[in-house]
Amino acid sequence: MATHATATATEEPLVAVEGLSVDFDTPRGTIQALRDIDLTVPKGKVLGIVGESGCGKSTLAYSLIGLLAENARVAGGAIRMGEHDLARLGAAGWRDLRGTRVAMIFQDPMTALNPVTTIGQQMLDIQYRDRISRSEKRARAVEFLEQVQIPDAASKLDAYPHQLSGGMRQRVCIAMALLTQPDLLIADEPTTALDATLEMQIVALLRELQQKFGCSVVFVSHHLGTVAELCDDVAVMYAGEVVERGSARSLFHDPQHPYTQALLDCDPARIKIATRTLPTIPGTLPDLRQPPRGCAFRARCPHAWGRCEREHPPLYPGAAGQRVRCHLSDPAEDAA
Amino acid sequence: MLFYTAQRLVLSVVIVMVAVSILTLMLHVVPGDPAVMILGPRATPELIERTREAMGLDRPLPVQVAMFFANILRGDLGQDVFTGRAVSQIVLEQLPYTMILISVAILWSAACGIALGAYSALRRNTWLDTLSGVVSVGTISIPAFVMALYSVLIFAVWLGWLPAIGAGDGFWDGITHLILPAFAIGVAWVGYVSRIVRASMLEVMTQPHVRMARAFGLPERRITRSHILKIAVLPAVTLIGTGVAHLFSAAVFVEVIFARPGIGALLVGAVNERNYPIVLGAVLITTGIIVLATLISDLVVALLDPRQREEF
Ligand SMILES: Nc1ncnc2c1ncn2[C@@H]1O[C@H](COP(=O)(O)OP(=O)(O)O)[C@@H](O)[C@H]1O
Ligand SMILES: [Mg+2]
Repeated sequence: MATHATATATEEPLVAVEGLSVDFDTPRGTIQALRDIDLTVPKGKVLGIVGESGCGKSTLAYSLIGLLAENARVAGGAIRMGEHDLARLGAAGWRDLRGTRVAMIFQDPMTALNPVTTIGQQMLDIQYRDRISRSEKRARAVEFLEQVQIPDAASKLDAYPHQLSGGMRQRVCIAMALLTQPDLLIADEPTTALDATLEMQIVALLRELQQKFGCSVVFVSHHLGTVAELCDDVAVMYAGEVVERGSARSLFHDPQHPYTQALLDCDPARIKIATRTLPTIPGTLPDLRQPPRGCAFRARCPHAWGRCEREHPPLYPGAAGQRVRCHLSDPAEDAA
Repeated sequence: MLFYTAQRLVLSVVIVMVAVSILTLMLHVVPGDPAVMILGPRATPELIERTREAMGLDRPLPVQVAMFFANILRGDLGQDVFTGRAVSQIVLEQLPYTMILISVAILWSAACGIALGAYSALRRNTWLDTLSGVVSVGTISIPAFVMALYSVLIFAVWLGWLPAIGAGDGFWDGITHLILPAFAIGVAWVGYVSRIVRASMLEVMTQPHVRMARAFGLPERRITRSHILKIAVLPAVTLIGTGVAHLFSAAVFVEVIFARPGIGALLVGAVNERNYPIVLGAVLITTGIIVLATLISDLVVALLDPRQREEF
């Protein structure tokens, strides 16, 4: 891809998600986990995905690497990456992309590695496509363990996952993902299972390595602080929809959607007045088996009015260049 | 690993000692005096008393147990009450027949059970999975001696394909004589092993590290082998280790039905004759082997699963 780069191609995103909808078939009905998602992952940039738990972040992340659960079904839309449509890719097509152009870091480092195989063997296994000698593969493994700042990297090749701490294991996972030199790295809440100091270390490491290797990253988190730290662009998800997206700067300094504003108000790092309990957004997510007809956030929105119930808001252009799925941002509403 | 092995070894010796003590006590609860059995119904009370003395049966129980232990340490399991031959020699003569029978039964049933279980798990909810489930549960619920009787009836009597009696002479003859008894003992274990492998594979398949392996585009066969099966066989190994005890009791029936030499046949004969030293000797050796089998299966599990090595 990089060899064909032209002036126009550099503006073209690495991945374009176009109207993606994903359903889960369950015995108690069809869950519409993703509805009409539009997103782009720019080349060499970090896209953050934020939202409460259950709003579809992992479903989106897994659909980018074709690892959705067995009961999942792509109900519509496309995921364009170069000449591929990832939403329609078959098993063989995925095997060629995974571990070469797309890699993923998972939420829980304690269970992400094979418990009965050494770190070294696992790092050799993922190089099975490379026609280099075993000792060269080992050298590459050590090199990448050093990249993620694991002390005494060579000796860790013979260690089993349970002999390493959670932070170390997540570093190993990052090393493995980067070893495959992907164009797209997906990280699904990679720091949620770690404590706060480790979280900052891992985020700093990811930022550094992303800049060094120049890959695109989709970083899923429900922690706004980390997203602000790491991401160039941000998409805020609510109940299976993108409700606001734009540059990280615009979203954090001038949030337009009431849900984004509420999320920011609840972020512990931003709370200025001491309270006994962490503030939360009142109310709960709507039932995704029957998503509400109008605005999905209506029931919890302090500004909701009649139009929000009748009419599903499209993504309006926002004040600071972002896109906002809220009738408050409708230019016609201002004029009225 | 060394420390773990040493720990397990000490534990095994303790288990054997406890088992021997319980066994000596139990033999005294069973009616029938070994001295009376040897001497026959017309023996005088004085003669019986003298024989009892010679066998140590008049001593207090704890002393008998202690004496037995002391003798075991010297490699002396006592003498056959009828022929006077050393029990250790008699038992060791019969042991290979049973060991071969049990080993072959374990090997074929484990191989088939793991393959069937893995196949069912990979093709879950197909009609072949359902069929294998029904057949497995069916074989589990049929006792080994019923299996033995029917396999004799079908393959030896009706079809005449395989011999029904004895252990055969020479290598090939030995093998043809082994097929039916090993089948009869092992067939239930195909069921046990396949059920447990299927269940544990289905569980391991949902673990995050399998998803991670897929995320790296590893070939599906390699994922099945080194990410799923390698972990899913662990409960089966433990099951087989503890199952050796059941295989020995199945071997008792099967050896009698096939008129095959072995520990089982020896034991049944000795119990009927109240041949007290042989019963003790045979059960002692069997207990030792069962404990050894458990030990080996624990060590195999530890070898396959590094997490186990650091427990205890
Ligand atoms: N395999 C599945 N079967 C049924 N429902 C699912 C499945 N996976 C996720 N869901 C549902 O889809 C919605 C989105 O889940 P998820 O993407 O995991 O959210 P998040 O990662 O933001 O917490 C939730 O309502 C969840 O219950
Ligand atoms: Mg999630």
